[in-house]
Amino acid sequence: MVSALINANPVVYETKERRVRSAPSDVDEYGIEPINQEEIFDHVRDIKDPEHPYSLEELKVITEDSIEVDDKRNYVRVTFTPTVEHCSMATVIGLCLRVKLIRSLPSRYKVDIRVAPGTHATEAAVNKQLNDKERVAAALENPNLLSMVDECLAPSYA
Amino acid sequence: MAKLSSLVQHIEAFVDVSRPANQQTVSIDAVASLLKNDLLTIETLVKEMEMYLTTTDNIIRARGILLLGEVLTCLTENPLGNATVHSLIRFFTDRLADWQALHGALLGCLALLRRKSDAGMVTGSDARALAESYVKNLQVQSLGQHDRQMCFELLECLLSGYPNDVASLGDVLVYGICEAIDGEKDPRCLMVTFHLVEILAQVFPDPSGPLAHYAADSFEILSSYFPVHFTHPKSDDLYVKRDDLSKALMLAFSSTPFYEPFAIPLLLEKLSSSLPSAKVDSLKYLSSCASKYGVDRMEKHSREIWLALKDTIFTLSSENVLSVVSESPDAMGFQENEVVKEGLICLHHIILQNSNLFINLIVEDEDVEVIFRSVTSCRSYNDITVEDRKKLYMLGRILSVSAQVSSSSCSRIFQTFFLRLMDILGVPLDGSFLLSEKLNSGALYLCIELLAACKNLVLDSQEYASKSFSLEDTCCSLLRNVSAALTDALSSILVLRMDQGVSEDIYSGVKGLQYLATFPGFLPISKPLFENILAIFMSIITSGNERALLWKLSLKALVQIGTFIEKYHDSEKGLGYMNIVIEKFIELICTDDSVMSFRLKLEAITDIGSTGKDFMLRITQGMEEAISTNFYEACIKENLKAVEILLPLLECYSSKVLPWFQNTGDFEKVVLNFAINIWNQIENILTVSTCFQKKDLLDATMMAMSLAVGMCSEENQAMIVQKAYNVLSLVTSLPLNESLPLSAPINVEGLEHSQYLYSFSSVDEWLISLFASVIMAVRPQTEIPNVKLILKLFVSVLLRGLVPAAQALGSMINKLPVKLNSTEGSSTCTLEEAMDIIFEANLWSLSVNDPLRKCNIMDRNKVGITNLFLNIYENVTVPTQAIVGLAWIGKGLLMRGHEKVKEITMLFLRCLLSSGKIRIFPVQQDSLGDCNGPDIDPFVMRSAADAFHVLLGDSEVCLNRRCHATIRPLYKQHFFSIMMPILLSSVAESDSSTSRHFLYRAFAHVISGSPVIAVLAEAKKLIAVILDALSTLSVDVMDKDLIYSLILTLSAILTDENERDAVTENAHIIIDRLIGLTSYSHKMLVRETAIQCLTALCGLPYVRIYPMRTQVLRAILKALDDPKRIVRQEAVRCRQAWESISSRSLQF
Repeated sequence: MVSALINANPVVYETKERRVRSAPSDVDEYGIEPINQEEIFDHVRDIKDPEHPYSLEELKVITEDSIEVDDKRNYVRVTFTPTVEHCSMATVIGLCLRVKLIRSLPSRYKVDIRVAPGTHATEAAVNKQLNDKERVAAALENPNLLSMVDECLAPSYA
Repeated sequence: MAKLSSLVQHIEAFVDVSRPANQQTVSIDAVASLLKNDLLTIETLVKEMEMYLTTTDNIIRARGILLLGEVLTCLTENPLGNATVHSLIRFFTDRLADWQALHGALLGCLALLRRKSDAGMVTGSDARALAESYVKNLQVQSLGQHDRQMCFELLECLLSGYPNDVASLGDVLVYGICEAIDGEKDPRCLMVTFHLVEILAQVFPDPSGPLAHYAADSFEILSSYFPVHFTHPKSDDLYVKRDDLSKALMLAFSSTPFYEPFAIPLLLEKLSSSLPSAKVDSLKYLSSCASKYGVDRMEKHSREIWLALKDTIFTLSSENVLSVVSESPDAMGFQENEVVKEGLICLHHIILQNSNLFINLIVEDEDVEVIFRSVTSCRSYNDITVEDRKKLYMLGRILSVSAQVSSSSCSRIFQTFFLRLMDILGVPLDGSFLLSEKLNSGALYLCIELLAACKNLVLDSQEYASKSFSLEDTCCSLLRNVSAALTDALSSILVLRMDQGVSEDIYSGVKGLQYLATFPGFLPISKPLFENILAIFMSIITSGNERALLWKLSLKALVQIGTFIEKYHDSEKGLGYMNIVIEKFIELICTDDSVMSFRLKLEAITDIGSTGKDFMLRITQGMEEAISTNFYEACIKENLKAVEILLPLLECYSSKVLPWFQNTGDFEKVVLNFAINIWNQIENILTVSTCFQKKDLLDATMMAMSLAVGMCSEENQAMIVQKAYNVLSLVTSLPLNESLPLSAPINVEGLEHSQYLYSFSSVDEWLISLFASVIMAVRPQTEIPNVKLILKLFVSVLLRGLVPAAQALGSMINKLPVKLNSTEGSSTCTLEEAMDIIFEANLWSLSVNDPLRKCNIMDRNKVGITNLFLNIYENVTVPTQAIVGLAWIGKGLLMRGHEKVKEITMLFLRCLLSSGKIRIFPVQQDSLGDCNGPDIDPFVMRSAADAFHVLLGDSEVCLNRRCHATIRPLYKQHFFSIMMPILLSSVAESDSSTSRHFLYRAFAHVISGSPVIAVLAEAKKLIAVILDALSTLSVDVMDKDLIYSLILTLSAILTDENERDAVTENAHIIIDRLIGLTSYSHKMLVRETAIQCLTALCGLPYVRIYPMRTQVLRAILKALDDPKRIVRQEAVRCRQAWESISSRSLQF
């Protein structure tokens, strides 16, 4: 780990209210609920930031609007915003997002992870790294990196 | 001597510092117990310890003294001689000078000072000597925390126990204490310190005494702690909280008037601090100090205090004042922030203390005048700026708080402000109000606040008779003069601005009228005026614009007025209320106008009625009239509109009115009237027409009827039953007359004539169902006329598919007595007799030489039950109905714990097994010819299986506590433990798939109806069968609810710690089945629970579940694409759990 924190004092935002479960009586048993923005957001909102004990939602790294999803074309794109421009954790955050979505979505989906344009110094490099299948697979072979990712993902399974 | 040697050992053990701590505690206890049991005296102990107490070795001496101190602490209850106490305290007093051994000395002093008088106490002179030594020798602030705390506690004991003796020390003592507490920082010590100052003030109350002398110094020490800023993260490890500290300091501040010259300026200064908690504290302290310091001392500060308070209240009013007002009309109050709230409380205290002076200050204040002018200068509320609106609210609060203090302050405020407000509003002091233009909103608001204050003051003074409030006071006479014109003015707002008004004005208008109407007595407003106000509200209500704010507020105001009348027993007003409000409402529900929806009327009327009993009684009367008229309309003229009115009326009656009466008590007459009235109606209708059709109307009537009957006492229930019976016997088509011989079976031919069986007119259905609902709700002791006939009637109609009859039968069986008292008449019967009647009634096709009859001749009942089914092949519905009937009868028996239920259940079981080995109907085999085919129609088997649901389910309609059922404790467990082995063996024996299917169905009903605890106890045997049942039942869509309840039971077993072994053993098959259910498409909850169960199974031993891993993951991967979101979410969790049991994480 780096000796000093990259963003020592991040701004913490309020979180969006969680969906409450509707009463079971009004469920249409055979109706289909397509995977939507809100559901993807529910998957990733609780991922912990690698540096701070806050969730990505609290740090506004991801918002519901930053998620594009097309259930029919099996496509999802998540655009995240690192808290500072030079954030070296951007790749780790991106990796966490990717792993979490791969584990949570049906295998028919293609996941695209991007840094929001203009929010990171090495935007193109990070995007390339995050969407290269080989490099993601290689990263997950690294036990240190994997344990770090798992730690960040832990709260999102609760 | 043995004792002494052990004593020496103990002493040595304690004194030796190198020994472990627990050994030392043991030594203390041992020595203390020797002393307690009088095996040793203190003198001996001291003599024995002499060397340790006096040695020059500091460590050993300290340990020795500590031992003595600790032992004394254990002996506070044991009596000691005065001489002993004296010598001990002298010793410890001397030892205070010995700083190396101070801890033990302090402990000893404290132990001695805390002794009760009956066990020998320290004398006054000794206490004085101790105090002297303390002041001379101790440098408290140089000690450790624990020692400091003990020092302060020592002082506390001295001051509270020996105030006179230590007081003679005077200046020296006070100075010593000041020195000791100066610079203390530990919260635990501070708690003691603050209390110390408080006691000190009591010891030296003399204005020329030492405390007065040192007041400046001691207050300087105290003042540095204000405002208490205590941010210890976890308050629990010190047992001190910020609030405790703040409170202790407040008591210290207000302990003596000598602090006044220092405290008040300090508090006023801190009030202007930017820290909200400092402001709140200052205001609290100010309230407390003001009352302690006294009027004279506070007088010179009053101007500064008023200025500071005014400043705080006006500048700190919360920002979101306005949004709140417009959103929630029920609280014109806005969220007052804590500072403002505390400020107003403080204002109240201070005005209470010196009201003339303070009211003068307020009245003559220039700022108040300026604000008053500015807020009343704009005509419409919308013209007032946000800043001014805040000021308006705050001014209202200040005026209202000041007016509420006393009658004189109220009069003063009214004289100054109210007159001017009236002037601005254009309300003349005498004469009538002439509506010219829009009223001034600001003035209106202030006026309403003042009215509320005055009203509260009058009410308070009525409640506490001591504070006499004369109605001749200025404010009251003033109000009396203007009340008429004011009412006109307020009502003009409501009438004019009904649609486009500003909500604040409407709010003020309604509140104002409400306050005027709720002044106690008819002062200051007159009776016609009161009635006028009610009429205004009623006209708003009847306009029926229920979405408007005005309508809701008016209803609320009427409810408030009703509550007020009830609370203060204001009979005169009550009369007016009754005449104007209640009567009008009753008229509303009786007449048919389309302005208001009928449900809305009912809602309003029950709200109004629930304020008082008299009102409710009158309303119920009105409702009953409405029910009567509409009943006639609905049933005879088939008026659909009447049905639409009747339905909500009956529902409202059962859901609002009856529960209200139940809560208030004393309802018998009303409820009885209601029930009898309905029967009267039916009686009337019977003579004219035969048109009853509305099923939902029947349901509503039955519900109301059974609720009403359930609430009555036995005598009244008997009256209702008798009435109902009389009505019933008017109908000749029913076999309800004495000519029907009791012992003879119902005529065979009669039953076989399909005309009798199936021409079941709707009138009969209505009558019998309603009668059944009465019977269901009666108490066990209630007398029912002609029980035997009624039983027969029910038996015969239940075969035609009338479920209420079956339920009533079950209820009767549940409540009938086992033995008859000789005093009772012949119309009642015992349970045995009733059972006989039920079963005899169906012996219709039994020939005398029947082999079954012969072999079972000993048990008539069994024959009877069996024979219910002999007609099976003619028509399927009859046995199905019979089974439903038997199920309810069985439930009645089961709940009272009667054994016959076993026979009934065995019969169901035989139905289920019929195509298996057991043949219950040998008679019928010939006629059927083919022995291998199913003997019994699947419909019958199905209803036999569902009978178990009736047996174990909880019914809303009958056989529950409300219906006074006899309920044997744990009857479900009992039934479960008897039935389960039989069911399990039947399942094992059954070789036909149909039969097995229905057996599993019955099994599922029993499992889901029984308490989980009972099921868990048998879990080992059940797991395999539950799994089989799940796989069998999952074929049919209709069984989805059963599947759900089964899987819930399974999940309870899986998560139970005690069943872990059984689950582990069966892990393989359980997981297989659960995987199957993750794709059960008919019910989402089943899939969700299955996945949750899989997640739970992840906790089983690794070896058992690892082989299943890929299989589970494959299934879960599919579940990730489930149509339902909740299932997908569970799948994510489950996948994570199963992935993480392997060492490698994810496969892509």
